Amino acid sequence: MLQWFCVSLLNGVSVGLLLFMLSAGLTLIFSMLGVLNFAHASFYMLGAYVGQALAAYGGFWFGLIVAPIVVGMAGALFERLLLRRVHARGALGQMLLTFGAAIVIGEGVKLAWGLGPLPAAIPPVLDGPLFTLYDASFARYRVFMMSIAVLMLGALWLVLRISKTGLVVRAALTHPATVETLGHDVPRVFTMVFAIGTALAALGGVIGAPLAVIEPAMADAMGPIVFVVVVIGGLGSLGGALVASLLIGCVQTFAVGASASAGSIAASLGVTLPPAWSALTVAQLAPVLPYLVLVAMLAARPRGLFGERTHDA
Amino acid sequence: MPRFLALALVLALALPLFFDQSWLLAYFAQTATLIVFALSYNLLLGDTGLLSFGHAVYSGLGAFAAAHVFNRYGVPLPLLPVIGGCAAMLVAIVFGAISTQRAGTAFAMITLGIGELVAACVWLVPGWFGGEGGVTIDRASGPSFFAWSFGPLREAYALIACWCVVAALAMFAFSRTPMCRLANAVRDNPARAAAIGFAPARVRFTMLVGSAFFAGIAGVLSLINVELVSSEGVGLARSTSVLVATVIGGTGAFFGPVIGAVLLTFFSVAVASVSAAWPMYLGLFFVWVVIAAPEGVAGLLRRDARSLCFGALGAMVWGVAVVVPVEALYAGRIDVRAWLIALPCALLGLWLARRTRAAR
Repeated sequence: MLQWFCVSLLNGVSVGLLLFMLSAGLTLIFSMLGVLNFAHASFYMLGAYVGQALAAYGGFWFGLIVAPIVVGMAGALFERLLLRRVHARGALGQMLLTFGAAIVIGEGVKLAWGLGPLPAAIPPVLDGPLFTLYDASFARYRVFMMSIAVLMLGALWLVLRISKTGLVVRAALTHPATVETLGHDVPRVFTMVFAIGTALAALGGVIGAPLAVIEPAMADAMGPIVFVVVVIGGLGSLGGALVASLLIGCVQTFAVGASASAGSIAASLGVTLPPAWSALTVAQLAPVLPYLVLVAMLAARPRGLFGERTHDA
Repeated sequence: MPRFLALALVLALALPLFFDQSWLLAYFAQTATLIVFALSYNLLLGDTGLLSFGHAVYSGLGAFAAAHVFNRYGVPLPLLPVIGGCAAMLVAIVFGAISTQRAGTAFAMITLGIGELVAACVWLVPGWFGGEGGVTIDRASGPSFFAWSFGPLREAYALIACWCVVAALAMFAFSRTPMCRLANAVRDNPARAAAIGFAPARVRFTMLVGSAFFAGIAGVLSLINVELVSSEGVGLARSTSVLVATVIGGTGAFFGPVIGAVLLTFFSVAVASVSAAWPMYLGLFFVWVVIAAPEGVAGLLRRDARSLCFGALGAMVWGVAVVVPVEALYAGRIDVRAWLIALPCALLGLWLARRTRAAR
């Protein structure tokens, strides 16, 4: 039991950190541009594909470093050439544009790399178990993934907190007009934030790819989960996104390993379910759980964990 | 203009009844279904300003409920859309109580989550949703309506077309009620609507329930057409296709979604049969509409002749610039000639776009 708990917790945290790499960029972009980038998961997928192509050309480490840069530049171009033109029209137009971009990127990936799944190779240094915990081994690659995620996010936090650029970005988040009056190029800051957000998503794609296969459906599988994370954490709150990512990562991992069924849980609560429902195991419910958490959270607290009270209520 | 369009719509819907080709009937039935679905979606997107990624939940669950009621109680087929609509309303009352607390971006994300939740639940309970095969009906098995059993596609199509016209008229009437004007106020300035005594969340909730009723009707029309409702009926793909149809047609005018639905079904049949890259073209066209023609095709038609000509020419040039390299890529060879055609076309398109913007 303890062994299962520890391994599940570690796996859950590693999945959660991967989720946070995506939701952090998404949250930054949202709080800056006021648009929830619907194509974020598509940039994640693009990162995985570009990373795979570059790894075939120059090795895993080359792909790991260059793919986020390439995708980040694509994101910057998208923001500069297209998104900025609909910025004045408000959130609805921007969201529709990013939704269209998600379609185009998804189809473009199919066009360039085909429909079939591609394998993602793990370099030999990172292959194999790192340590064993209560007779269960923990993969070296997962530790590498977690440390990359923590490093990147720590670096991002430091830049935002300490450097002057970070100061400008944080000021532009809340008072763009004032920052512009002080002589800073706020639209360029927007482009930069968008580029960094998409580069983070691409990095998540490169390091997350070996845990799954690279296929055109990976954006559709990842996208809704990331949006759930962002809404649960509270739109625009980085701390909320971190907590929600870890929560969803752990909920999913624990549910997959759990052996309880809906019927037995209901019986312990003194409720009987119809036979069609009671045969369901928690493991089967795992894909639904993030959305159930979302609905429960919104019913109890419409603004999310750390979200601010909005004016639309 | 609306009167003319309405007449054209009714005449066009009556057209296939005189030809009696089964493929034509099936195609028109699909169009009529999407027209109702897109119009119901526009009650949310155009009138209330709510972007929903889970509208298929209402049409799909309404169709599931109607299929079960039809199979169990043998309700007359012409009344089935009402049952589907009422079931969809019940679903909307449950989910809408959660989602309409918020507007804008949060609403879009919540509807996406609810849509995924329902789509996943359909797989979890195969007993009720029929698993992979879905739930089938035999539309001829109900009590016959005068001399009609609705078994032949022609009779079923007549029923679908009638319901399409009735639902469109009902939605047109609804869009002229004070309720819908209130929804417009909530869309444009929720704080002010709240200040004069109308809670925005309540208005959004009412509009969602009304829109879900018509979405349920659309779901049942599709059920009558293909005699099957499956997990695809509640999936994200169906929700996004109605979103694309509505935006392409234009959310500003009542008849915009009708144009979008007609265009989308036409091109999805015509283009998909000749090119595998059809979703790519649809995506690019959608992006072009969002950037260059935010009022949709309906808005383009309302512009003056000069900018209409420029717009059409620009779209055509861009079309060539996109289609040639994409088709070359799909064929598996990157040709120099393809780029020789595409690049000048793209440059011409850019120049035209600049001219149009300068003229405005």
